[in-house]
Amino acid sequence: MAGENKKGIRGMANPRRYGIERVAYWMMRLSGLGLLAYFVGHIYETSSILRGKAGWDEFLDLTQTAEGHILLGIVIGMCVFHTVNGIRVMMGHGGIWVGKPARPDYPYAPASQNYRHKIGIYSAIVLAALAMMYGMAVMFGE
Amino acid sequence: MRESTIMKIHYGTALAAVGLVAVHVLMRLTSGGFAESLEYETVLANYRFIPYALMLELILVLLSVHGFNGLRVILLELKQGRRYEKAVSYGCMAGMVSLIAYGTRTIIMTNMGMV
Repeated sequence: MAGENKKGIRGMANPRRYGIERVAYWMMRLSGLGLLAYFVGHIYETSSILRGKAGWDEFLDLTQTAEGHILLGIVIGMCVFHTVNGIRVMMGHGGIWVGKPARPDYPYAPASQNYRHKIGIYSAIVLAALAMMYGMAVMFGE
Repeated sequence: MRESTIMKIHYGTALAAVGLVAVHVLMRLTSGGFAESLEYETVLANYRFIPYALMLELILVLLSVHGFNGLRVILLELKQGRRYEKAVSYGCMAGMVSLIAYGTRTIIMTNMGMV
């Protein structure tokens, strides 16, 4: 019985049926994992400075490519989305913008999943896209 | 440690990191352009400037704590159990300490001119 409900990663990542909040939930986790992977890589990448100018330039050549710029653009997008959506989540946990308690009436719309939080999620997506475009313009413009 | 305390640390590290990472990114954009800011001499000068090196160390600690705690939360959402939870918590702690130690080594050695 308990085993039937164990969907694991598939269950966590399924964005369907639960609206934009569910999409924000898994985008938050995906961007978090992506940023952690980038952070570990960045710490390793910057340690190449210990190998002197030759070591630094060698590693920089690997990252200063079109693929490297696109990857960094995606990282910028993930970073902005994770930040803006994270602030929204923190506010929700702090009881801000979650609505007032009321009698549960049909169709039982949760007060916490209101337009303010939906605007917050869409703002995070739009800001992430804008930051990505700006970052790409800076990197490819030079 | 209580889970509520861990979440307060998680949110605190996030807010602090946002401000410091913004300064770190602005340094790439304002010091003579993106490409110039990544030149060996510029990066070396950044590391040797003690306030900036301290800021890098702070970012390293804040993001490592936040990142590995986030990973712990995701892994604990997937599966529960006493042994599994302990393994995940200690594994994430080990990852966090290793990353901080490795990054600190780079900052200290570069700052002290051991390059």
